[in-house]
Amino acid sequence: MTELIPDTVENATATPAKNQPYDLLGLKPDEYQQIRDILGRRPTSGELAMYSVMWSEHCSYKSSKVHLRQFGEKVTEAMTKNLMVGMGENAGVVDIGEGWAVTFKIESHNHPSYIEPFQGAATGIGGIVRDIISMGARPVAVMDALRFGAIDHPDTSRVVNGVVGGISFYGNCLGLPNIGGETWFDPVYQANPLVNALAVGALRHEDLHLANAKGVGNLVVLFGARTGGDGIGGASILASDTFAEGGPTKRPAVQVGDPFAEKVLIECCLELFAGDCVEGIQDLGAAGISCATSELASNGDGGMFITLDNVLLRDPTLTAEEILMSESQERMMAIVRPEMIDAFLAVTTKWDVEASVLGEVTDTGRLIIEWKGQTIVDVDPRTVAIDGPVYDRPMEYPTWLDALQADSPAKFARATDGDELKKQFLTVLGSPNEADTDWITNQYDYYVMGNTALHTPDGAGMIRIDEVSGLGVALATDANGRYCQLDPYIGAQLALVESYRNVASSGATPLAVSDCLNFGSPENPEVMWQFARAVEGLADGCLELGIPVTGGNVSFYNQTGDVPIHPTPVVAVMGSIDNVARRLPSGWQDEGENLYLLGVTADELGGSAFAGSVHDHLGGIPPRVDFTAEKDLAGLLGAAAHEGIVTCAVDLGTGGFIRAVADGVLRFGVGARVWIDEIVSRDGVDATAALFSETQARALVSVAREDDVKFRGLCDGRHVPVLRVGVTDKRSGELEVQGLFSIEIDQMRSVHRGTLPAHFGPVVGG
Amino acid sequence: MRVGVITFPGSLDDRDALRAIKLAGGDAVSLWHGDHDLHGVDAIILPGGFSYGDYLRCGAIAAHSPIMSEVIDAANKGMPVLGICNGFQILVEAHLLAGGLIRNDHGTFIRRDQKIRVENVDTVWTSGYTQGQEITIPLKNGEGGFIADDETLKRLEGDGLVAFRYLEVNPNGSLNDIAGLRNARGNVVGLMPHPEHAVEPGFGPDTPAAMSSGTDGLAVFQSVLAAAVLS
Repeated sequence: MTELIPDTVENATATPAKNQPYDLLGLKPDEYQQIRDILGRRPTSGELAMYSVMWSEHCSYKSSKVHLRQFGEKVTEAMTKNLMVGMGENAGVVDIGEGWAVTFKIESHNHPSYIEPFQGAATGIGGIVRDIISMGARPVAVMDALRFGAIDHPDTSRVVNGVVGGISFYGNCLGLPNIGGETWFDPVYQANPLVNALAVGALRHEDLHLANAKGVGNLVVLFGARTGGDGIGGASILASDTFAEGGPTKRPAVQVGDPFAEKVLIECCLELFAGDCVEGIQDLGAAGISCATSELASNGDGGMFITLDNVLLRDPTLTAEEILMSESQERMMAIVRPEMIDAFLAVTTKWDVEASVLGEVTDTGRLIIEWKGQTIVDVDPRTVAIDGPVYDRPMEYPTWLDALQADSPAKFARATDGDELKKQFLTVLGSPNEADTDWITNQYDYYVMGNTALHTPDGAGMIRIDEVSGLGVALATDANGRYCQLDPYIGAQLALVESYRNVASSGATPLAVSDCLNFGSPENPEVMWQFARAVEGLADGCLELGIPVTGGNVSFYNQTGDVPIHPTPVVAVMGSIDNVARRLPSGWQDEGENLYLLGVTADELGGSAFAGSVHDHLGGIPPRVDFTAEKDLAGLLGAAAHEGIVTCAVDLGTGGFIRAVADGVLRFGVGARVWIDEIVSRDGVDATAALFSETQARALVSVAREDDVKFRGLCDGRHVPVLRVGVTDKRSGELEVQGLFSIEIDQMRSVHRGTLPAHFGPVVGG
Repeated sequence: MRVGVITFPGSLDDRDALRAIKLAGGDAVSLWHGDHDLHGVDAIILPGGFSYGDYLRCGAIAAHSPIMSEVIDAANKGMPVLGICNGFQILVEAHLLAGGLIRNDHGTFIRRDQKIRVENVDTVWTSGYTQGQEITIPLKNGEGGFIADDETLKRLEGDGLVAFRYLEVNPNGSLNDIAGLRNARGNVVGLMPHPEHAVEPGFGPDTPAAMSSGTDGLAVFQSVLAAAVLS
């Protein structure tokens, strides 16, 4: 094998005209020139590797930054008073009281999950969990928001089996309960499935850690898995184009996950935190060592000296550029005071975690990396990590949008008799996006850790944080690409209020937001317009609801050829609850309780599940958003849960009223008799709208008879419109919609549960 | 009574087992796989998880952890030892219980609330149940299919060494619906389902009475505490 000859700073200065493959690494000519201007010379190949990954859309947010600013600007003091760490760190941290804080974040792993669904999804879980550990928290749960292609497309089963298998493998082996999420099928995601993973962690206030390298002379330690050749995208091109003959050429661009290594890393990190062994910490994700060193240095004293030869390698033939770019999983970088290094290494040794000291923090303002005794990187770390290019990309109102909005589902004839409505109800209930996801969630462990208070199929997941007081958090993720296609501003707000309502329906008080913004190519002006509108809608909505965005991620380029996905901003809302014992499930369990519908119903079927599944239609305008009504409803649900006067709450979302009733019935298999005449007469809508409209700010609750008066009083006091719409019925074994139709629970269940198994295989135990 | 729970690298349900012991009224003691020291405990639990990632045969590496020599010694002298899920796999790999556990017949990880029957109450871990009692506790595994050769299977059945049996649904293809085993002496018990996840109202399986209220697993931990009082 030929000896690898590093491209040194000296060499770069001496050979200014050398042709560099910046375009193959994804850099534009003017970006390359910008790098040359910053350095006053051409970059070394190592520097080029670092800039190319750190200035990539994924790491730099160069197309989204100008819009994302709104999340920081559209806030009030009240919104940020519980925020211990806001946007920009690995994950936001929210004070939930009693000395506890919670950190949570949702992130995409879309592209890898199409190429290699199992590892792509697995490492998606791994990556987001490391973000949580980086804040000093113990991860306590995960969730996943998934989008697949058409359920009957021949390739969908490959992606579904791989993605679900990967999440199951990694999450279960990591010992984190998977408490919820959502799954949609739509042809727009055929070659662009979305895998958005959320992790949440808990910490005591004093345990908070940040990603910065402070304290001159402090040591920079890389620990965890060894660095290998996995996860190198551009580097393979770089390597094969420019560097050693006979060295490794093709590298898999998808990382390979080892959940065992990550589990050990979690416990090891928590023990390091407890022993006060760590000053600053950063996980290694996208862009690997390039990202960790430049970000830690930028956020600290500004300088760092690294000896790259000290990186422990899985493959000794890796080039310096590959080491800098490798996205090998299960690695962390810590800043350690010299006097603590022995204690640090004692902990890593106990957990059989390998660690090596790479260098130290300096105050030179330069990130200097040496390899084989020569300087191969000498940069201002801020130019790599923070001051990358920023683009205000052109936007254009989509040419097709007016026609789409004009194509309202009002054109379809409405059903008039019960039999037809029943048929439509079953069509909605068994449609891929409304069907039971047992086939998926039965592969996830939600019991581990023993603190799961709510989980799928409840509308929100809930975890007990304090085992003595019962203090807990609830989380929900929501997105509706169909609404967003019709109106990205409203669509993003609809995802927000849906998630907010799901959390409120569990009895918790919504506190904060994390978002994962999945869009097509930012170079398409129509996509950029959708993105800008969605961000604006979300930022405005958060301001209205008074809950801040604490972090998240943007995923662009989700498109194949010229066809982008529907804009899919996934919104995760986190809330807290004083005692998880007061939680509300999304179904009733007892006989003879009254069912109440909170909120009013309008005829809003644009983009609805009804329009999609019954008429295969997407058009019109999505439901209206009423933030005041949402806040009033959430306040009522929180108070009712706290006082214990409702026994369950089901949020009304896709599929409308009848879908919520079905949820309530199917949750514990207890029937109900409901009526819609009063909805029809009070709100002036027909039966179709009463059953299927997706008007927001509504929820269905069950109330024991003895609490009826108190409950009505609460509604009056809080000005939430309320109608008694039914009673629970334990004996009948059916759902009756008075005067229209009735249906046995077993039949509903088989329709609801049959869809996924019909395409992907049986559910164990039926 | 002091009950130890061993943490192997990759153990996941160790904290749950410790909590279950406390809820049953015992003193819970954390033990570390790398120690040759049982810290004077009176009983031992090998918890669920994926020890060493279980990339080889499940439990195969953990069965050779340093502490296992003390565990095997103590078990042979009559100390109560319980293996849950991965712990069961480790006990089998350590030859403290018979047979083997292989990948579920349907090929995927499965998590469900599983009905099982307590087949044998003459052990220190099951004495708190009544013979034939039907209980529901969570099950969650990828490799829970119990296998044994015909002769072993005949002996297990003939000697009454089947401790738990799956009811209604066999979730992993286990022979004879076997969910858990005991040894001849009755001090060592292993099972795939998780009694430690059904010990606290609000965090267990749903029951007809109330959601998440199932505590059918608690008697496992109460049994060993009661056995200690009697002995």
